[in-house]
Amino acid sequence: MDNSRDPAWSWWYLLLVLQFIPALWVPFYNSVEPTFAGIPFFYWFQLALVFASAAVTAVVYWATE
Amino acid sequence: MELNWTALAIFILLFGFITWLGFAAARWRRGDLELLHEWGLGGRRFGTLITWFLLGGDIYTAYTFIAVPALAFGAGAIAFFAVPYTIIIYPLLFIVFPRLWYVCHKRGYVTAADFVRGRFGNRWLALAITITGIVATMPYIALQLVGLQVVIGAMGVMGEGFAADIPLIIAFIILAAFTYSSGLRAPAAIAIVKDLLIYVTAFAAVIIVPIELGGFGKIFAAVPPEKLLLAVPQGQTTGAYGTYATLALGSAFALLLYPHTMTAILSATSGHTVRRNAALLPAYTFMLGLLALLGFFALADGVDKLPEFAEGFRAFKNNFAVPALFLHNFPSWFAGVAFAAIGIGALVPAAIMSIAAANLFTRNVYREFFHAHATDQQESQMAKWASLVVKFGALVFIVFVPLQYAIQLQLLGGIWIIQTLPAVLIGLYTRWFNAWALLIGWAVGTFAGTYMAAAVNFAATYPLAIGGWTFPGYTALYTLILNLIVAIVLTPVLNALSASSADQTVAADYHA
Repeated sequence: MDNSRDPAWSWWYLLLVLQFIPALWVPFYNSVEPTFAGIPFFYWFQLALVFASAAVTAVVYWATE
Repeated sequence: MELNWTALAIFILLFGFITWLGFAAARWRRGDLELLHEWGLGGRRFGTLITWFLLGGDIYTAYTFIAVPALAFGAGAIAFFAVPYTIIIYPLLFIVFPRLWYVCHKRGYVTAADFVRGRFGNRWLALAITITGIVATMPYIALQLVGLQVVIGAMGVMGEGFAADIPLIIAFIILAAFTYSSGLRAPAAIAIVKDLLIYVTAFAAVIIVPIELGGFGKIFAAVPPEKLLLAVPQGQTTGAYGTYATLALGSAFALLLYPHTMTAILSATSGHTVRRNAALLPAYTFMLGLLALLGFFALADGVDKLPEFAEGFRAFKNNFAVPALFLHNFPSWFAGVAFAAIGIGALVPAAIMSIAAANLFTRNVYREFFHAHATDQQESQMAKWASLVVKFGALVFIVFVPLQYAIQLQLLGGIWIIQTLPAVLIGLYTRWFNAWALLIGWAVGTFAGTYMAAAVNFAATYPLAIGGWTFPGYTALYTLILNLIVAIVLTPVLNALSASSADQTVAADYHA
């Protein structure tokens, strides 16, 4: 085990924190258009964000392991 | 409503299976169940996959699966805050919780209060964390029973008076018995079955119902415009936007602090397991988003206007929307699978919550204040009894007290539990705070939050007015800020007045 490195903070974590902005910036996604397969933007954008944030977390995981 | 024999038979069959599984789990990855960390944390041996199922079963509860679509059905877009809420959790989980895992593993801590006791050396601060955890958890367990009640009712099992509660009581005796005998291994094993059933149910519903109703376009066209989107704020207020964002952020903080979340995280086999799960758990968030859409499906389907569901809606209000949707669009046997998924989904978190509360009571009340030299065996025996008391309390609550109070108490629980954030989560990074200042901050936040919630008749949000502007937002988040301000201001003052106590932990405890 590598004990020399304190993992309290890594600059990669900034990527994780940045995800909060699209998730919490409500005025950006509170609209019907553009729809996707009949689903209003409000709903599909947030569902798509789930995948985006999982992918970012995975990238940060590999980068900081 | 007539008894739905097919659905009931499937339901009972699946329930029988998980009952067997719950007892058999005692022998799974065998450990000495007379040790608290074996009974109450599964021996800290759960790998990535089991932790994924356990945390999924823990965070995404039966009540969530009933209440979130019910909120979409009744109030519309606001219900979708559950999605950003459960997006935000995982970056926090990734960054903060490996530290908690390592320090708890190295120092043998079983609860968050154990950590606070060791870090700040103040038993009264630890007691405040303990009481908050137990009190916030009790109504949460009670609400799991609501999910169970709704699906039992949906199969036509409805009675008058005491008879109405018999199925619930049977389910609870089963739950209490396997938790007592198998500890955390029982919900971990059952969570696998429950989650597979939930995934099957959710994906089937999201594919099949839109086909029957003529596509997503048609479904959303049937949703009234005031429910389809959040109301755009008018005038000097952040309106529904502020409500939505603060609910998401505050709920994420609160969820991470609940004892049952801690218990599931501490049972993982390493800090890496916790990090890996932060990337894998969003699969549940996606499913929760799909389930929220079921509320709109139910709206488009007009289930509340069908005469056969009138009795169900009278008894369970909007919580009946999802069961009615399944009964109306699927054959009885599949409705039985869906209801079993929700019913079993109630038992998993209820078991983990009662174990978490029992761990807290045993470590931070019984051992700390009454029996400092308890043997390992006495400790785990006390935890087993405490888990029974906690569950029985929740059962009595739901049978004898109006549902409205359980919902209000659960809401208050979120406001209370978030007040432990400065000591627990910030405490992982710094010991700058004075323990007494943290305790006073906790008290101020708790009382202010309770008062504010009561002032708005137990709504989740409070219309904070500052300089002509109104910021409606989640009370928990506002009172957390107040708590932090108090703790920051008082820390230098109290440090000057008293000598600080010892820190049991060292910097190397916090990482691999």
